[in-house]
Amino acid sequence: MADLSIKLAGAELRTPVLVASGTFGAGREGQTFVPLNQLGGIIVKSTTLTPWKGKPTPRMCETPSGMLNAIGIQNKGIDHFISTDLPWLLKKEAAVFASIAGNTVDEYVRIADKLRTGGRGITGVEINISCPNLEDRNNMFSHSTEATSAVVAGVRKALPKAALFPKLSPNVTSLTEIAGAAIEAGADGLSLINTLFGMAIDVEHRRPKLAGVTGGLSGPAIRPVAVRAVWEVHNEWPHIPIIGQGGISTAGDALEFILAGASAVAVGTANFVNPRSSLDVTKGIAEYMERNHVASVAELVGAVKTEG
Amino acid sequence: MLLTRGEVLGHKKYGEHYHSLTIVAPEIGEKIQPGQFVHVRCGEGSAHILRRPFSVYRVHKRGGWASTIEIVFDIRGAGTEYLSHLRPHMMVDLVGPLGRGFALPKGRAHCLLVGGGIGAAPLFFLADDLRNDGHRVDVILGARSNRMLLNPIEVRRLASVARVVTEDGSTGEQGRVTDVLAETIDRCDTEIIYTCGPHPMLEAVTQIGVNHKLPVQVAVEELMACGYGVCMTCVMPLKVKNKAGAGKDRLGRPARRGATADGPKESDGEDEVTYARSCVEGPVFNGASVVWNGTSEPVAQDQAELSPGGLAVAHGSFEHSADEHPPPGN
Repeated sequence: MADLSIKLAGAELRTPVLVASGTFGAGREGQTFVPLNQLGGIIVKSTTLTPWKGKPTPRMCETPSGMLNAIGIQNKGIDHFISTDLPWLLKKEAAVFASIAGNTVDEYVRIADKLRTGGRGITGVEINISCPNLEDRNNMFSHSTEATSAVVAGVRKALPKAALFPKLSPNVTSLTEIAGAAIEAGADGLSLINTLFGMAIDVEHRRPKLAGVTGGLSGPAIRPVAVRAVWEVHNEWPHIPIIGQGGISTAGDALEFILAGASAVAVGTANFVNPRSSLDVTKGIAEYMERNHVASVAELVGAVKTEG
Repeated sequence: MLLTRGEVLGHKKYGEHYHSLTIVAPEIGEKIQPGQFVHVRCGEGSAHILRRPFSVYRVHKRGGWASTIEIVFDIRGAGTEYLSHLRPHMMVDLVGPLGRGFALPKGRAHCLLVGGGIGAAPLFFLADDLRNDGHRVDVILGARSNRMLLNPIEVRRLASVARVVTEDGSTGEQGRVTDVLAETIDRCDTEIIYTCGPHPMLEAVTQIGVNHKLPVQVAVEELMACGYGVCMTCVMPLKVKNKAGAGKDRLGRPARRGATADGPKESDGEDEVTYARSCVEGPVFNGASVVWNGTSEPVAQDQAELSPGGLAVAHGSFEHSADEHPPPGN
């Protein structure tokens, strides 16, 4: 089999295929289908400073080639992640990417502080900045260069050595500007993209299909948007590693992201449909590399030919 | 739980309304318990990506149909439409067995099974197992009308006392299952109730069962994406006792370590509310533990088949804590 190992912001990963935050929990349920040490890494479901209960149901609805979700980051909090999930994941030899979320810059910093002492063994930290900022009229952090910069700088200071991957929202006018703010504030890489905001209405009852009214669109429907986002940011910041995600369910999908400029990819919604899809994607990438005599994944990163 | 492919052995109809698929799936058939479900992929295309969950109607362990499972459904959307066109020798992609099924009584017991519409499906599998274990099985089967009744002839064969009710009176007694429930409990000396159907029915059955001081096990209907515990969409609000009752599990039995419901807890006087994933901690819960309030609004019709019987409802309200401001799309 082809050598699938990659370097990502200083870390050595077994494969370029990770599982995306919120689609594989903290690995316990999915390990029946996927030995965690066969993944490039697991991006754990976002954790917050205190436990969050999440939103009422319905939290999900199916839409053409995708789904909308409004879960509300139901999670047991960072202390539970540190005391329970992380040691278990490390015992399973998983490459662990924590994912952190909050409502104020201070919350992100306090979670990062806890990870500095309790997060030994993690490979990286994804910063979920698609959250409402209470100090700025509930605007998403990821929709403002200032707020993005403040969160990333705060987390950087608290975690000087960790590999930080802010996860950017595609729901912005200029993604490259937000990416630039994140990079200047100390990001080692970027996760692209989070869900697209959407809404679906039950016309018979004249109510939103989600209890949370709006939700995040994921699945194959968003893949072209995500590939474009990766390509755009990679062109602007070619030396910044990107974890590409958004609607990947096959090796071909993953290769699109890599050719567009992603150094690694994460399989998300496809885990719901086929719990083994991350391994199927991995196998397919290896086959593609052998078929095309590609020695390392790095050769493919950003290798799409847009001229001539 | 396994990800597997099964061959369709048979497709038939129960009455004019319900479809039945019998699928060769030995690894699932050998392990599955009544109340557990399978998650079925409905085609290879990407238009409708999510699997559809189905409680298993029957498991055939012996004879010519051995190692097969049977699911029943009515056509509610694109997924069930697809499945209705499957014919023998076609393959279907399955994950199962999923969830936690009904807890069977330890000593000999008089069991009353109450099913509404397609929700009655898992009660047939349960009745088989209960009878094999020597328990007495009585059944109340209800539906809006004759055509929505699931296999009433088989119910009469399985049950010591079988009561069939329809809201329009087209078959059996006119009314709802709850209209005849209290009387049936008294007549049959019922010791435990098992029920499955739309949530308003589950709530009403639970209320009557609790009034008779009987344990009520309910199989709930929630929309689910993954079916194996990672997506957090199919949560049910459950009451869990603070401290004193903390040693009990979802069925009111002493809890195993690590078997408590997932998710953070909220202090609510004596009880706490926790949001349990119905795909792994359910779909069978202790009816008395469920916070039923406001669960009667149906979900959008084209989404309903993302719940095990296609009978999902929306929860009106459950408030979250003041220090929690979740994003619109995560």
